This record gives sequence, structure tokens and C-alpha cells, in this order.
Amino acid sequence: MQAVAIPPFERFYEEHRSDVLRLLRRRLGADRAEDAFQETFLRALRAYGRLDHGEHLRAWVLTIAQNVALDTLRRTRPTSELVDASADDAEPAYAELAELTDGLGPKERAAVVLRYGYDLSYDQIASALGSSPDAARQATSTGVRRIRRRIIS
Amino acid sequence: MTVSPDLDRRFRDAAADLGLIDVGFDVVDSPIGDLLVAASDRGLAAISFDSEPQDSLERLARIAGPRVLRSSRSVDGARRELDQYFAGRRRTFDLSLDLRALPPFTLSVLDQLARVPYGETTTYGALARRVGHPRAARAVGTVMNRNRIPIVLPCHRVVGATGSLTGYAGGLDVKEKLLELEGAR
Repeated sequence: MQAVAIPPFERFYEEHRSDVLRLLRRRLGADRAEDAFQETFLRALRAYGRLDHGEHLRAWVLTIAQNVALDTLRRTRPTSELVDASADDAEPAYAELAELTDGLGPKERAAVVLRYGYDLSYDQIASALGSSPDAARQATSTGVRRIRRRIIS
Repeated sequence: MTVSPDLDRRFRDAAADLGLIDVGFDVVDSPIGDLLVAASDRGLAAISFDSEPQDSLERLARIAGPRVLRSSRSVDGARRELDQYFAGRRRTFDLSLDLRALPPFTLSVLDQLARVPYGETTTYGALARRVGHPRAARAVGTVMNRNRIPIVLPCHRVVGATGSLTGYAGGLDVKEKLLELEGAR
């Protein structure tokens, strides 16, 4: 199967910027969404040169946006309010693995979905989560272990 | 959800300031029409007479990498020098050029081309002789035809042996205007 070519960043940005802003506004409100918007696409730009293929870019950038939103909330809100920040989300990107990954923390959940739902490399997941590839691998395997334990029990 | 022009510009400026762009481009207006100008961290990478970005993005990505972004800031230096040139206040360009991935013959032809002075013309045959391949006039014509950085690399100063304008990517009328501007015609 031929890999989907990576589009020039301008095209990728034009195609997804509205969706990213919509997600961030819903999560953070209009004011905080603006900084988060910039941060999301800067993170995407940092990782863009290392992408292996151009598949699932929408899921990828929405995941980056989710994590930027989480980071913003974590900086500005008490932790107790964070609990349902990811559970209320019904993004299509998460839909297929939503039930399975329901009990996981936000980072683990994103890592598992990106790894097994979208077949992304740990490098790509790392850039989406704003962490190192090792941390991405760790989050994925912790997530998988938790799911396995839940299914078995 | 529309991204406001202000938010859009802030992101593009930040991307350029942080050095995250492989190649930035913008449309620059000029007396010979809109030009699409592109620059990387190595220098000016392309000038295109077809100012519609959609046609050029893939080509720019092939030259410099996939992080192609419209960014006014990336081409500020080129815009300034082009403005001065078109206003008749600049005869040579001080911009560094991104000529990566070009074959040796092309590079030596472009090197000779860059030495053709403002306001003068030369011929394909004369350029061929200067790069040591006197019979390669036709190959020199091909290099002119594919010149990624016209105007700055002055292929408009190269004419046929009889003095006829022969051809130009921007159209013969543009070639004529540039030579007129320089007082060569």
C-alpha cells in the first residue's frame, strides 16, 4: 500500500485550523483558546518534519489540541476539576476506541488511541503529547496493561 | 469557526521567529504583476510569476521540506530588495540564495548568469562559452527556462544570438519590461 504523502504544512493548517479553534474554544473559552491555538500549531510544526506519512492528520492535530487544552487547564484550575475534562469529549478521533479506553487517564488514553487506533509511531505520539518518545511508549504500555487488567477481571 | 486574521498572523509570525519553517512564502506585488516569493533559512529559494500559492506549495516542499508556510516575515528581506530594484534604486541584490539540489552544470551556468551586469544583455552561446561548454547553448537555454529565482538571477538579460528576446517564464512582455527598467532597451 502506498503511504499517503505529507501535504505542505500550509495546506494542512488551512484544512484543520477551524476545527482546532472550535475544539479549543469549547474547552477553554474564547480568550484562552487563542494562545492554545498558537501553541497547538507550533507543536504540530515542530513534529511535522518527522512524520512518516500523511494519514490521520486530523486525529493527530486534534490530539495535540486536546493536550494543549489539558496543559492549559492544569496550569489554571485545581486538579479536581480535571477529571471529566477528557470524558466529556466526543471527538470522532476517539470514537472507535472510546469505550475501551474509558477508564484511562488523558495521556494514557491519547497514547493508546494514537498508537492502536491510528497506527502512529512513538515519535509522532510524543510530539502530540508534548513529551519524549520514551514517555509516550510508557504511557501506551501502562494504558494497555490497565485495559488488559480490566478486561480480564 | 473562523480564525481571525490577527490570530492567523500571530501564529505565522511566531512560526517564522522560532525558525520552525522549512520555507516561507508570500505574494509580493510589483510593476510586472504579483510575484510568489519563497525563502528558507539558507536564503531566497524561489520567485514565481504564477502568484497562486496552491500551484507552488508541492514544488517548494520538494525543494526545502514539508514545513511550507505563508509568512510575510520570511520574505521581508527579499521584498525590500525587490521593491528597491523595481523603483530603480538597486542594481545588484545582496540576498543569499538557496540553490540546493541543483546539478553542477546548472550551478555553474547560474554562477555565470549572476555576473551579467545590470542593464546589459548576453546570449545563450556566450554563457555556454563562459562555462566551458561552447556547444551547450541549448542546455543553457534549458537552465534559463528552469531558473527558480528569476529577476534576482537575471535570465531576462539573456537573449538570442540575433538579439531577439526568444522566451521567458513570465512572458516576453515581462522580459521586455525588465530590460526597459534597466535601460537595456
